[in-house]
Amino acid sequence: MIRVNSLAHVYDKGRRLKFPCWEIGDMEQWLLLGASGSGKSTLLNIISGLLKPSQGAVLINGTDLYNLPVRGLDRFRGRHIGIIFQRPHLIRSLDVLDNLELAAVMAGLPIDHERNRSLLADLGIGDLAKNYPDQLSQGQLQRVSVARALVNKPDLLIADEPTSSLDDENANQVIKMLTTQAKDNGAALIIATHDARVRDHLTKTYLL
Amino acid sequence: MNILKISSKNLVRNRLTTILNIILVAFGVGILSVLFLASTQINNKLENNAKDIDLVVGAKGSPLQLILSSVYHIDNPTGNIPAKDAYQLMRNPMVKRAVPLALGDNYSGYRIVGTDSSFTNLYGLSIQKGSYWHKDLEVTLGSNVAVTSGLKIGDSFFGAHGLTGSGDIHKKYAYQVMGILKPQGNITDNLILTNIGSVYKMHEEKHTENHKHTAAEEAKEINDKQITALLIQYKSPMSVVVFPRMVNHSTNMQAASPAMESARLFSLIGVGIDTLKWFAIFIMGVAALSIFISLYNAMKERKYDLAIMRCLGASKPKLFFLVMFEGVLVTFMGTCLGLLIGHAALEVIGIYQETSQAKLTGLTAFPQEIYLIWIGLFIGALASLIPAMQIYKVDIAATLTKDR
Repeated sequence: MIRVNSLAHVYDKGRRLKFPCWEIGDMEQWLLLGASGSGKSTLLNIISGLLKPSQGAVLINGTDLYNLPVRGLDRFRGRHIGIIFQRPHLIRSLDVLDNLELAAVMAGLPIDHERNRSLLADLGIGDLAKNYPDQLSQGQLQRVSVARALVNKPDLLIADEPTSSLDDENANQVIKMLTTQAKDNGAALIIATHDARVRDHLTKTYLL
Repeated sequence: MNILKISSKNLVRNRLTTILNIILVAFGVGILSVLFLASTQINNKLENNAKDIDLVVGAKGSPLQLILSSVYHIDNPTGNIPAKDAYQLMRNPMVKRAVPLALGDNYSGYRIVGTDSSFTNLYGLSIQKGSYWHKDLEVTLGSNVAVTSGLKIGDSFFGAHGLTGSGDIHKKYAYQVMGILKPQGNITDNLILTNIGSVYKMHEEKHTENHKHTAAEEAKEINDKQITALLIQYKSPMSVVVFPRMVNHSTNMQAASPAMESARLFSLIGVGIDTLKWFAIFIMGVAALSIFISLYNAMKERKYDLAIMRCLGASKPKLFFLVMFEGVLVTFMGTCLGLLIGHAALEVIGIYQETSQAKLTGLTAFPQEIYLIWIGLFIGALASLIPAMQIYKVDIAATLTKDR
């Protein structure tokens, strides 16, 4: 269960963003909609523990994120939140499997080789395990980043514009993948988008 | 999957830069290790060969030349001294042991040294095969001479006049090999020992044959016989002050101390060594700068990687350590390679060295070389410190939301 309470953030340049309260139950799937510049990314960054808000609190299963010490927050994020960025952002010097293992190592968790393999297989990229990121297509890269976000069995999966750089077919597949994988892994899901192709797949929306 | 793997994968990805940096470090360390090894070995050799010799007495001239010729057997002797005067000095109450030397001939570059049994006591020699020389024209070979010349017990050979070269051979008398010495690890491995009488015999014959017109002079030389030098060991260290002064003032000979002269020699070589040392330090500095620049530049690109790792739960100190580790890893590899290069280079120099008296080898290691590794690690850490500090400045959210 995730709760966002009277959040507000003020940027250095003086721009002020206010966010309505938001409650996300276990395994619920939400769309975060809003015009560009409305603060979607800011809100996502705050919820994922990357950006400390000027005001308000984020509670994930009862843990107040911004009450944790810096190291504790890093660790909490690694273990409980899976993030999928607009761009895949894989480590280019490591192959696909190593990129998944990195997620476990950085969060201080043991490596589960079997799970990594089966995640890749579920996402249809099982035979790319030993490839390097620059050998993959955009769609394949995005799948790898979904797999990486799921490695540590997170409680919350956050995707920021996951379809913006994909064609219709790939976009469709990625959304389906996100919703089914979130369900299969018991994670809540937030997808931030202004992409009309995504809207049909999810019912709950949070509008900025 | 650990820090080592992440770092090494990243280094492999940027292999050209990595190789450049490793080579720079390796050159710096290589030069330092060659200098270090060579100067330690030369120093050890100088000390080892002059260990028990307190003073050398010989003809007037350069004291350094006297030491080089009669202790290290490198240079030519300063001249001869009258045997009569030398024997008088040998009986001096301050002298514990005096070893006469008569130089003048060689066999394929190895010096034939006329001396007596006190020489074997001075250097603590022992026989490996055969026996010591007893009569005129009998010789005992140093172990190295026996190995390289292939001479065996019972073989005979002709000596050549002079200390190098084989142009002027004494064909009248042949030396006979009586024995071979055990390897001593000092200069005696490269000497051919015989008695003083043999050396006299060679030269008597030669002179009467070839220089008949100076027969009167030669006769004089034979009558009051001469030797080349006298190696002296004192009874007590008190004599250090008195005895050399006595020799230098009251006789026509000069006294030189091996300790003082080799210290002087070393201070002369020292200038060259210092120059090379600074050169090596300069290269190490360039290596550090190069590592710094490549890490710093790479940070622009790696910012994404590091932000992702933060995002995946890595703490700032962990990533700081990761970047530091990369720099240190490069210098560590460079240092090890450098030590390897240094040893190999010295071994190669040793193989091509002409003088067998001060042969260098790369096959020995000194515990002090550990310091070179530490210096390498320190330089790596220093060069990666500022790039690694960037970790603390990276704004993950801003970095990852922005497009590449």
